[in-house]
Amino acid sequence: MPTLGADMESGTLLEWRVKPGDAVKRGDIVAVVDTSKAEIEVEIFEDGVIDELLVSEGTRVPVGTVLATLRTGAADGAPAPSPAPAPPSPAPAPPPEPAVTPPVAAPQRAPEERRLRVSPVARRAAEQLGVDLAAVAGSGPDGAITKADIERAAGAPTPAAAPAAEPGERAGAMRLAIGALMARSKREIPHYYLQTQIDMSRALAWLQEENLRRSVADRLLPSALLLSAVARAVAAMPAMNGFWVDGAFRAAGGVHLGVAISLRGGGLIAPALHDADRKSLDELMSGLRDLVTRARAGRLRSSEMSDPTITVTNLGEQGAELVHGVIYPPQVALVGFGGIRERPWAADGMIGARPVVIATLAADHRASDGHAGSRLLKLIDNRLQEPQEL
Amino acid sequence: MNEQQLHDVVIRALSEVAPDIDPAGIDPGTDLAEQLDIDSMDFLNIVVAVHEQTGIEIPERDYPKLSTLEDAVAYLLAAQQQGADAEAREG
Repeated sequence: MPTLGADMESGTLLEWRVKPGDAVKRGDIVAVVDTSKAEIEVEIFEDGVIDELLVSEGTRVPVGTVLATLRTGAADGAPAPSPAPAPPSPAPAPPPEPAVTPPVAAPQRAPEERRLRVSPVARRAAEQLGVDLAAVAGSGPDGAITKADIERAAGAPTPAAAPAAEPGERAGAMRLAIGALMARSKREIPHYYLQTQIDMSRALAWLQEENLRRSVADRLLPSALLLSAVARAVAAMPAMNGFWVDGAFRAAGGVHLGVAISLRGGGLIAPALHDADRKSLDELMSGLRDLVTRARAGRLRSSEMSDPTITVTNLGEQGAELVHGVIYPPQVALVGFGGIRERPWAADGMIGARPVVIATLAADHRASDGHAGSRLLKLIDNRLQEPQEL
Repeated sequence: MNEQQLHDVVIRALSEVAPDIDPAGIDPGTDLAEQLDIDSMDFLNIVVAVHEQTGIEIPERDYPKLSTLEDAVAYLLAAQQQGADAEAREG
């Protein structure tokens, strides 16, 4: 069971899309998993032949559970644990929490723990609370140890169990999941906040001209420019792009923008636009459109949920003018954009009205400081002043 | 297309981006974005859907003219008529 978000402890295998004997290629969708937030299509990241399905449909299992075995050429016919995907372009040393954990069963740290089924969240809680995992009786599926078990063992108050993610209850489950993750973020991450106003005159004028030349279906939105500017700026500021894991910062191998998408009926999900710094505006626009459509239809893929390296939240033209974001752990930064508004703007001794957006940065003080954060916002501004280069 | 058909085209496009809405509950004179909580991506998808079904290409500068359901239908009627007039002149 892959980790499809830092807050995920377990998931329900809804559907197998393959059967034993099926040949699969990297990127094929092999299963559908229900997290508390959404139904996610699980991709496989290795070529091979499905050997055995180990978890039946409708079963809820902890993160790290081996779902199936795969025969690969490299293994010379020997089964290798698989479907849970490895990330397409992982950080040099994949952190345990950002869902870039390889799919093999979680309990691998020490030999004596191998037979324990422990979710990463529970393991972290055990470390924080000084609880010996071997002495804890698991109450999860197949005896898996959950965070609640750890808290009980430590004598800590146990929060009410999250409701199952049945369709009718998904909104409530999602709210709990978001709340838990954001509470953890605020508890663990020493946020600092910066903001700057960006003159969007050039960017919007360029966009208007560009869209006049395009067919309706190929038009660009300001969001595509903002995402491109962030991705290219972040590529030049690796200290903002990565994960805080085990007391240290690990830079990510690529710029995978987590795009915060609000869902109709409430809730929020932030799947990744992979390698956004290397994508053209057209590719970013079509990628964004595809992500929004699939996020709202509940058809996101595991790779998109597992490895965003920095998140961007854009309140859009209907939104408030300023957002102070909460970092998605274990990421170390979040860039926010308020709505683009016409505002008085002083330049060359003159005051005029210009479209202005307030860009904000919430960043982890363990990984960077305000000087670096300021540079990132300045780079984003610079990029937006040369929209033809985006 | 007549007014009712254009109305139906807009409703279908709205229903595609916001499947949870009740078309009968839309107030024709109230701002659609505020009423239905649709964003710029939704609006672009609506414009694309309307274009596919009517052939009417709505320029970006005219987006504010489609802010309510009744404004959108009136705009499409006028645009359709302008297109027909232009075709007649060329013919």
